[in-house]
Amino acid sequence: MPGLEDLYREIILDHYRNPRNRGELPVPPAHKVEGFNPLCGDEIVIYLDVDDGVVTDLRIGGQGCSISQSSASMMSAAVKGKSVREARAMTRAFKAMMSIHESSLDGNDGDVPEIDPDIKLGDLEALRGVVKFPVRIKCATLSWNTLTQGLDEAAQS
Amino acid sequence: MASLDVARIKKDFPLLQQQVDGHRIVYLDSGASSEKPQAVLDAMDEAYTTYYANVHRSVYKIAAESTERYEAARQKIATFINAPATNNIVFTKNVTEAINLVAYSWARANLRAGDAIVLTEMEHHANIVPWLMLKEERGIELRYLGITDDYQLDLSNLDQLLEGAKLLSFTGLSNVLGTITPIRQLADAAHAAGALCLVDGAQYTPHMPTDVQALGCDFYGFTGHKMCGPTGIGVLWAREEILDAMPPFLGGGEMILDVRLDGWTAKEIPWKFEAGTPPIVEVIGLGAAVDYLTAIGMENVRAHEIELTAYALRTLNERFGDDITIHGPDDPCARGGVLSIAFRDVHPHDISQILDTEGICVRAAHHCAKPLMRRLGVGATARASLYIYNDESDIDALADGLEHTATFFG
Repeated sequence: MPGLEDLYREIILDHYRNPRNRGELPVPPAHKVEGFNPLCGDEIVIYLDVDDGVVTDLRIGGQGCSISQSSASMMSAAVKGKSVREARAMTRAFKAMMSIHESSLDGNDGDVPEIDPDIKLGDLEALRGVVKFPVRIKCATLSWNTLTQGLDEAAQS
Repeated sequence: MASLDVARIKKDFPLLQQQVDGHRIVYLDSGASSEKPQAVLDAMDEAYTTYYANVHRSVYKIAAESTERYEAARQKIATFINAPATNNIVFTKNVTEAINLVAYSWARANLRAGDAIVLTEMEHHANIVPWLMLKEERGIELRYLGITDDYQLDLSNLDQLLEGAKLLSFTGLSNVLGTITPIRQLADAAHAAGALCLVDGAQYTPHMPTDVQALGCDFYGFTGHKMCGPTGIGVLWAREEILDAMPPFLGGGEMILDVRLDGWTAKEIPWKFEAGTPPIVEVIGLGAAVDYLTAIGMENVRAHEIELTAYALRTLNERFGDDITIHGPDDPCARGGVLSIAFRDVHPHDISQILDTEGICVRAAHHCAKPLMRRLGVGATARASLYIYNDESDIDALADGLEHTATFFG
């Protein structure tokens, strides 16, 4: 059985205890999107400022477990200031790190997204251990799915 | 003296004899589903291996025996809840289906736009969503009894909410708070206002002696898998004249007396509500579960759970003081063995992950009661729920696990 240290790496606990980019942004101009994990009741709110194809600012609200909160915190630090294109590429890379298990859980094997080899996940690599705990994968991907929703909404406006 | 010989009862449950990663299983999630005793497994195995055939169809010997055992289980179940007659017992998949049956059959035949149904803020989603669906379809009105700060139903405006209402539908025992609701009082108030009364007995019947006649309600639903029985079998009990007047729910074989190309005639109750081949072996399994619980004695089950809940509340509060909040009534005699725990600032999902490494099974979630969680101001709780096979050592293991959780998350 994988140990707890595979799941709760120090950097994850650090982001959980000291979440980055917590708060709200004025709506509009910011886009506000909400994500829910029906399994555990976790809720995440992302406020997203997108200007000229760049994620100029974002803030995270809501509440959840250490995995969902630290993933959101790391996500916010990773995509803030990046272009929408880079943010989407990073989302694909992160979900690919999780997706082998997620897609096999959902029963649609083979639907692995293309990954840009230049994308560096950095601290986010610490969440790799989550795949050993399949029920927690959705905790880790919640903020990323919500980000995708926000980027889509920003693109349509 | 302890009300139950838990050491002996534990031996009846093969799953609890196992070890996971070197730990004995400390199963504290019976509110979600109970484990199964060997007697139930044996009864189901015997059915499949010695006399299994479809019911109510054929004259050959094993079909007759299958039908006889199936209907004998219905009789046992009727006796278990003191139903006035066996034909009041309608088999459903679970309580969710029992409530949906009432919503689709009784409510759609009797309610019109503007009619009101009264629910409470402590309901499981199963007793909210079917009514919300009806509200969207028919334009009925939903009203909610609130909750007091000491986790009881707020009855101060009960009569006002019941004014002109057609149904009062509520849980007998909250799956989150453990609160036991005043069923008889609520049923009487509903009747005085001209409304019928439905009780969600999912958490009540597995843990309390159930007498539907004494409770005074009109509809009562409960489920097998939370009371040592298999999944896939639940029960709707209702007063006979109400069942008689209700239109069928699902159409198909088994529920008809006659079918012509231009029409059909339904069977009498309860079969008119049981379309298609029923879960035969599950019904027989639930009958065996009822035998098992009856042999233990439901009064003893209740007494045991009061003792163990008292021990759990005392132990957890003494060991963790202000670090722990248990959302629910303080008095063990006024509640069931459901402990919804908030512990320091650790998220319930993380608590259950740490506990899992020690073989301790608790549920971490909103427990299918999101409106209630919002009312409590929490997103989720870690819930330990007790049953006949739990004892003080399980509570001690939970407390030790919480100690480790505190250490881990600093």
